[in-house]
Amino acid sequence: MKLKKNLVAATMLAGSMTALAFLSAGAAQAQGALVMYCGVQEEWCRAMVGAFERDTGIKVSMTRKSSGEIFAQVKAEAANPRADIWWGGTGDPHMQAAEEGLTEEYTSPKMNELQDWAMRQWEQSKKRTVGIYSGALGFGYNTELAKANNVPEPKCWADLLKPGLKDEVQVADPNSSGTAYTLLATIVQIMGEEKGFEYLKALHKNVNQYTKSGAAPAKAMAQGETTAGIAFMHDIVTMVVDKAPVKVVAPCEGTGYEIGSMSIIKGAKNLDSAKKFYDWALTADAQKLGAEAKSYQVPSNKSTPIPPQAPKLTDIKLINFNFAKYGSSEERKRLLSKWDSEVKNLPK
Amino acid sequence: MSRATLGWIVLGWVGYALLPWYGFDRSAAPNFASYIGGSGLAHGLKGAWWLLPVLSPLLMSLRPALLPPRNGNSTWLIASGILGLGLIVLQGFSIGLNGWTLDALRSLTGGTGPSQGGMGYGAALTSIAFLIILCHGLAARGWCRGDAFVTSSIGTVVALITVFVFFPVTTILASAFADNAGNFAPLEFVTKFMDRSIWGLDCLSSDLRCGVAWNTLFLGLLVGVGTTALGLAFALIATRTAFRYKKLLRVMSVLPIITPPFVIGLALILIFGRSGALSSVLWEWFGIPRSRWIYGLPGIFIAQLLAFTPIAFLVLIGVVQGISPTLEEASQTLRAKSWTTFVTVTLPLMRPGLANAFLLGFVESLADFGNPLVLGGNFEVLSTKIFFAVVGAQQDQGRAAVLSIILLAFTLGAFWLQHAWLGKKVYTTVTGKGDAGIPLPLPRRVALASYFTAIPWALFTVAVYVIILIGAFVRSMGRDYTPTLEHFLTAFRVERAERGLFFSGSAWDSFFATVKVAALAAPLTAAIGLLTAYLLTRQRFSGQRAFEFGTLLSFAIPGTVVGVSYILAFNVPPIEITGTGFVLVMCFVFRNMPVGVRSGIATLSQIDKSLDEASLTLGARSATTMRRVVLPLLRPAIVAALVYSFVRAMTAVSAVIFLVTAEYNMATTYIVGRVEAGEFGLAIAYSTVLIVVMLFAILAIQVVVGERRLGRRAASPSPSPVAVQAIP
Repeated sequence: MKLKKNLVAATMLAGSMTALAFLSAGAAQAQGALVMYCGVQEEWCRAMVGAFERDTGIKVSMTRKSSGEIFAQVKAEAANPRADIWWGGTGDPHMQAAEEGLTEEYTSPKMNELQDWAMRQWEQSKKRTVGIYSGALGFGYNTELAKANNVPEPKCWADLLKPGLKDEVQVADPNSSGTAYTLLATIVQIMGEEKGFEYLKALHKNVNQYTKSGAAPAKAMAQGETTAGIAFMHDIVTMVVDKAPVKVVAPCEGTGYEIGSMSIIKGAKNLDSAKKFYDWALTADAQKLGAEAKSYQVPSNKSTPIPPQAPKLTDIKLINFNFAKYGSSEERKRLLSKWDSEVKNLPK
Repeated sequence: MSRATLGWIVLGWVGYALLPWYGFDRSAAPNFASYIGGSGLAHGLKGAWWLLPVLSPLLMSLRPALLPPRNGNSTWLIASGILGLGLIVLQGFSIGLNGWTLDALRSLTGGTGPSQGGMGYGAALTSIAFLIILCHGLAARGWCRGDAFVTSSIGTVVALITVFVFFPVTTILASAFADNAGNFAPLEFVTKFMDRSIWGLDCLSSDLRCGVAWNTLFLGLLVGVGTTALGLAFALIATRTAFRYKKLLRVMSVLPIITPPFVIGLALILIFGRSGALSSVLWEWFGIPRSRWIYGLPGIFIAQLLAFTPIAFLVLIGVVQGISPTLEEASQTLRAKSWTTFVTVTLPLMRPGLANAFLLGFVESLADFGNPLVLGGNFEVLSTKIFFAVVGAQQDQGRAAVLSIILLAFTLGAFWLQHAWLGKKVYTTVTGKGDAGIPLPLPRRVALASYFTAIPWALFTVAVYVIILIGAFVRSMGRDYTPTLEHFLTAFRVERAERGLFFSGSAWDSFFATVKVAALAAPLTAAIGLLTAYLLTRQRFSGQRAFEFGTLLSFAIPGTVVGVSYILAFNVPPIEITGTGFVLVMCFVFRNMPVGVRSGIATLSQIDKSLDEASLTLGARSATTMRRVVLPLLRPAIVAALVYSFVRAMTAVSAVIFLVTAEYNMATTYIVGRVEAGEFGLAIAYSTVLIVVMLFAILAIQVVVGERRLGRRAASPSPSPVAVQAIP
């Protein structure tokens, strides 16, 4: 009741002094609030917020942004953090935030329910970030275009180098997209650095465009703007579910993956709520929501039912991705500048 | 001692002793105790000793207030103001959330020191009071002919620009000289600045790519020339021919300005993309192979032409109308052919207009973020590069700052060149004398050339908007043309609940927030902009050029940089306003203020100063003169500033992407998210709703402000709906 009274008082005050209330906007929050930065698709973010509010009565203020934007914001706000929890989005920025000490250590009682890869993420980040879903890197192709141009079905990374796909492969620029950086790190880990860069140089001849956003190639494939595109497989699956003439491929040489992560912001104003959310988000019930919101990543809680549309991790040859090494800012800078100077500016 | 000065002294005391000095804790509702008990005086007595010195300038200000007038009064006021402001700034910047902000102070005192939060209403009011007291003191000293209104206005505007433009901008530019850990590293700046990816010229000698700086410059020049040429063709048709559908031209000229970003780029992909409508037709009927030419320079160029030609048109139409026919008639009387007249008389008289139009096209192209993002392909420009230097995999803020400095240099260079080119020649043709002549018809070849460029382009613009409209009403543009209202329902569903209507659509939150912020920002922008224009044209004071430059600066800085700099500057005490709607409003006000200033200056310089002087001679004070004489004559400028700032607040992306929060999510960031998720239909549907809202808002603004009525026959250029003749 007290809570309600507070709210009423606050609204009355806000009404009487609109200008003043605007200044201190964001006032009138109930006790037990949570400020969340969400790094996945809007539907999923909303579903999570709605379910958590229903389950706990904690009021959530959610802002959706890409994970790069969230990292930039968390870093800029480091002196006076605004958010409590950062949920979702590819693992690299989470790891980097952990490395720079922008996030908080936490051991959840739910840890033993998680898949090994989620635990590894948590251990490598020194308890600062935990895996909540994972998605394998792969590629897809537009079946109509492939048929029209007589391109045989590509099955391996090596198939993308075939002359039939000249100017028909699309992938993001690793400087701007975490997806493309995952590709860079994956290729280097599968083939070794020297051979890997040879591969990327050969691939460069077939690439028609380095897009800015990581999921853009999946859309371009669906729209028929490119025959093949490299992206996370769940992003391509979303297009397939939307009835686009696209097929998903898990490369035969094996592939890397991302671990969508969750971190508590250091200096969170609502630490208790953040921990509650953290524990809740690791339960099977919370992780089910992804598939319902048309996001087909593989959840990290062992007992979460895996959506039937999701690419089965068991069918995919996953490499032993070294997140600690390739997530560190030093290695990242080195690989990116090498890619910039040796691959990106090559003539076609 | 005037009553106004006395009032401000009282307000200074109120802010210090009665209002809460610090900002509210946002997680609790403010109550009575936090009002009085949280005042600066109370905090000071309770242990926050650094607030107590502020008492002394307040006491100083009492001396001239209580004692009878005498000579030293102004000195007391000035001293009180300076000391007060100084003390508040000093304590605010040296004591932060985590104690002393300077390492020197930490080592000196051997501890982290006291801590304090961001300033609240009390601190704000007291600071303002000190500022005004200082300005009144200066007026009493005889500054600005002793006019307290003028000195206070100058003081306020200078303070606002310092806080909301210079302070954040220096914060981010300083990071150009720092490494990632925040240490001073000038060498790093040099290496970043000289990078081959910025200045490389490989595209001249081989088929490698050129540096991003050259790309940006080249694109800007192309767009500048293109928009000026097209705008001129439209303006000539609209003013000098008997073309039938002039009204339609007018409407078309407004549309692209109120179109949210991304939309034009998306429409172009749907027409010219590999699976686009036109490409499919060409392939199926003529066997022309589908290609990807739209991604890259051609695509960005076409999209920017579409978006910015209307601005050139609006600038040029005013100028073409303003050219007095008298000179042209003189030329013809001297037996010049109409072509000779056009080339030697009409065109040279348009020079300021052409220069302005070119400059605007150039600057807008440099700052554009949405189109290069969607259509860029492998062609990189500075604005997107800056954005991804901040948010991309590199996370290199220093690099972003370096790139921003280059972009800033280009923009300012363009302003300077324009100034130099126009020189000190006189282009005045609108005078008090009556103009009896009728504008000459265009020479045949000019008319034909105008028709042949303008009409196909107009048809093309219409086609683009038809595509946009269709896109909002079909399932998935380019793949599935089943008509549907699904997109509108997802975004704007309204349900009837027990207690009235319930807005359950996913776009309502961002929609309401956007309208609220835009509606608050627009009048503020207009007020501050026009006040500044008044000061610049009607008053003379030292430092005027620097003052003018400061007002322009925020316009020249790319949006992403502004966004990041606002976070860096305003997330920590003493001014802690991120996460509020206030910071969004301020961001818009100071980004769009230059337009208010420019249109104000343009209009004011048409109004003879003798009108003001007459009012002053009759005994009115300058505030009264402003309200009763100047403002009514400024109506076109007011409309321009209001419309422009409202529209910009609804369509800006890059500046706000870092400032939005859960409560204040903006429409454009929502649209960007939809585009990222590939939901083009929803993005386009939302955009059409925004376009309609903005059209209504523009109409409403014009009705409310009303037209300026001049007691003469139509000789002056009619006010354009969006006066972008604005910029110098």
